[in-house]
Amino acid sequence: MKNNLTAWGLMLPALSFILLFTVFPIIRSIYLSVMDFRFGMAEPRFIGLGNYVRLFHSDLFWKVMGNTLFFALITLVPALLIGLGLALIVNKKSKITGTLRTIYFYPVILPMVAAASIWMFIYMANNGLWDQIARFIHMGPTDVLSRQESVLPALAVMYVWKEAGYVMIFFLSGLQSISPDILESARLDGATGWKLFRHILFPLLGPTFLFISTVELTNVFKLVDHIIIMTEGAPNNASTMLLYYIYQTGFTHFDYGLSSALTVILLVMLLVVALPRFIAQDKKTYYN
Amino acid sequence: MDKLKKSLFWILPSLLALVWAIPLFWMIVTAFTNPTYRMTLFPSTGFTLDNLRYVWEAVPFDAYYKNTIFIVVVTFCVQFVLSTLAAYALAVLDFKGQLLVYVIIFLQIIIPNDVLIIPNYMTISDLGLVDTKLGIMIPFFGSALAIFLLRQTFKSIPKSLTEAAILDGASIWTIIWKIYMPNAKSAYLSFAVISISYHWNNYLWPLIVTNSVENRPLTVGLAIFAKSKEANMQWANVTAATFLIILPLLVAFFIFQRQFIESLTHSGVKE
Amino acid sequence: MHKNWKKVISSLFTLMLAILLVACGNKNDKKEGDGPVELEFFYPVNVGGPATKVIDQIVADFEAENPDIKVNPVYTGNYDDTFTKIQTAVQGGTPPDLFISLATHRFTMEDLGIVEPLDHFIEADKDGKEYIEDFLPSFMEDSYVDGKTISIPFQRSTMVLYYNKDLFKEAGLDPEQPPTSWDELIEYSKKLTNDDHFGVGLALNSGSAQWSFGGFSLQNSKDGGNLMSDDGKKVFFDTPENIEALQLWIDLQNKYEVMNKGIVQWTDLPTQFLAQEVAMIYHTTGNMGNINENAEFEFGTAFLPGNKRMAAPTGGGNFYISKDISDQHKEAAWKFIRFATSTEQLTNWSLNTGYIPPRQSSIDSDEMQKYYSEIPQARVAYEQLEVAKPELTTYDAAQVWRILNDSIQSAITGEKTAAEALKEAQANADAVLERYQGE
Repeated sequence: MKNNLTAWGLMLPALSFILLFTVFPIIRSIYLSVMDFRFGMAEPRFIGLGNYVRLFHSDLFWKVMGNTLFFALITLVPALLIGLGLALIVNKKSKITGTLRTIYFYPVILPMVAAASIWMFIYMANNGLWDQIARFIHMGPTDVLSRQESVLPALAVMYVWKEAGYVMIFFLSGLQSISPDILESARLDGATGWKLFRHILFPLLGPTFLFISTVELTNVFKLVDHIIIMTEGAPNNASTMLLYYIYQTGFTHFDYGLSSALTVILLVMLLVVALPRFIAQDKKTYYN
Repeated sequence: MDKLKKSLFWILPSLLALVWAIPLFWMIVTAFTNPTYRMTLFPSTGFTLDNLRYVWEAVPFDAYYKNTIFIVVVTFCVQFVLSTLAAYALAVLDFKGQLLVYVIIFLQIIIPNDVLIIPNYMTISDLGLVDTKLGIMIPFFGSALAIFLLRQTFKSIPKSLTEAAILDGASIWTIIWKIYMPNAKSAYLSFAVISISYHWNNYLWPLIVTNSVENRPLTVGLAIFAKSKEANMQWANVTAATFLIILPLLVAFFIFQRQFIESLTHSGVKE
Repeated sequence: MHKNWKKVISSLFTLMLAILLVACGNKNDKKEGDGPVELEFFYPVNVGGPATKVIDQIVADFEAENPDIKVNPVYTGNYDDTFTKIQTAVQGGTPPDLFISLATHRFTMEDLGIVEPLDHFIEADKDGKEYIEDFLPSFMEDSYVDGKTISIPFQRSTMVLYYNKDLFKEAGLDPEQPPTSWDELIEYSKKLTNDDHFGVGLALNSGSAQWSFGGFSLQNSKDGGNLMSDDGKKVFFDTPENIEALQLWIDLQNKYEVMNKGIVQWTDLPTQFLAQEVAMIYHTTGNMGNINENAEFEFGTAFLPGNKRMAAPTGGGNFYISKDISDQHKEAAWKFIRFATSTEQLTNWSLNTGYIPPRQSSIDSDEMQKYYSEIPQARVAYEQLEVAKPELTTYDAAQVWRILNDSIQSAITGEKTAAEALKEAQANADAVLERYQGE
């Protein structure tokens, strides 16, 4: 009894903020997603699944979903590979590796806004650094941000640049948690180089792979800053991703109902990606 | 032969590092040289402080700096206090409804406030907090990540210490203050790095909430400036502005590199 | 137990109090008192040159004359960002007292009940009638909704053709004879295109393409009709004339190859022009000062080349006053608008930015006439007003703009044909505007 009161007393301040700004808005999103509610309307009007129907019939919605998943794919795989590569490189103690690690990691701490502001000019048509280099090697101005086939890959290059260092540190801590004994005995068995990696390291890093994949995937779903700054979804929504679409529907078109329906879809995506991992972790946390 | 092999082994990583460094290098070079119509990687014009000076005069970065620092510090302090209390309850006390609390905490870890912009904006608007610093900060006061990290650390502190203290008649506050907090310094430090860098870098939410210079943080100020269509060859000024904003972060990073990297490893829990 | 519980509560209380103190400490105090009336004023900037400085100067001059009013100008980014900010602020219950937004947003503003009709202020002013009549009709015409005066023209512009006379000479063209028709535009552009530069440039990013397109649409229109009906409830995107106009853009890029491929940004275009990478550009008169100051070559300006007729779109921002503020604030805001749109201030504003002064008395002023004789390129914009019409103006303007822009981009990038793109735009815009057509 005493414990209950004290514990809830201690929990309450933090919990009330979490309830107000996480739990309540989730419920509110679900509620508004079945309403017709726009700026200027006094009261929301119930329309059942109308917003969802509108979305499922809209080409734009599917384009946005496609963009989001495509972007997730073209960032996740390179980020994992490069991150692992970087981790293998810097997983030795020396002066050089220290410097390399610093260089690989610095983009992680930059605000996305700052990174986007820099890359916006690097990618600028014609006069930007990228196009200057392209011209130099006679590839002509590429104008990457204004072409629908290149805009997402270009943003992905920036994102991998920014994020690979972050992935690297997870692999590093994964590598460092592998006991030296295992490596030693593997070496005694004659495993080196690729073999060592393929048969020993890779399986041991399995959980790390899974973990980083979910982290990165959810990160990608939340990405929006660089789109606001660099493309605003252009050309013809070729770079519009889900959270940007939510922002646009909610804060420039002021269609709260539709925007809430999109939010609910995003929530479901986040849950689907994260739940398996958290159910496992939840059990562990609760029982230990 | 071995030496050759060894040096070859370093070529690819170094080339990669070179590529990684280009944006930062180019940004600094551009910020400190006279602009040219075509961008170049290496400076082709003279050194100048004009870009920096122009930006500093044209944009109220001093106000933005103050706002960012205020937001970062206050948010962290509140998170610090509230999370300590909650983590203590979860780690040490056995109470009814614990499972529910865990579910709620994990819910926030999976669904961060970043994606709940529409309903949270409505709440902020109902509370009359639009265009206030409190409106920027308040959704982050209850931090599931902080609670979770601290709880893990608190769990590892032996209960016998607490029991002895209780026998001595110590109150909860004394126990938290004297036993738990000092033993969780590294967890606090980790969370400090995560929280501060997150809120220093946060953009979308402050963009939505703020309207005025008095409340705009650096990120929003930079974005407005970068998108403002104010001048020709804007890149000189925008890189100068970007430089001004990331300088403290970069310096802090180069000094406390290890701490940064270790702390951010913990942030994986967050997502 | 009770002791503990009390402690918990009391410390919680202290904590909440602390938070509250922090909260109040940084809340914007907007109390009405004996002090001066404080006005919040949102404004965008969308052209080259430090226009923010000029706005600050207007405010300072105003405050010197009106010590009982304090104006707090807030630079809120470009037009789109500003429109978003205005609406979020209104939604959040803290509307700016007055703001500059696109003239094209007037239907949306009125529909949402955000803005105060200004007629009673105009009537109350002794010289109100003359004041309004002094505004150039091409600008004043897009200030009304249902007969009510919603806004006052301020940073108004139109699109003109800037051309590089040096490059004209180099290509063997007469630098005093800019193209006057689409055919000439194509012909000249071909002659002006070589490895170093393109013949012509248009900004096709979202927020700019619809403006240029309005001009081409007007030039190609049989009866002089615009992209939309006068009441802002209908759009006419997929007419054969408009499809032809869009096809011209595609041809300039792909068939004649005289225009940069892809989507050139509004902001990059003047820079490319100044770098002599493009010989002719379609751009706002608001950029006159910038180009005049930075061009290292002789440049000229001209009417936009016509096809079936000569035409150009007007654009730019007007002053609005918020509805949900006190009468005292409304009156102070009106006072500020009168001040900022006085003949002298408008003249000064134009001289510093290149916008067209929207009042006849400013145009006729000695300073303006002197400026026109020094920089004759600037006069072209004023003269072109004769044939200018408002840009795309509808209800739900932001959404309809976006629809047209997206479709134009899909045609430019080759995803759709001109006809497909405009048909799609028509269908999407009809869906948005349907709600208003029943009324």
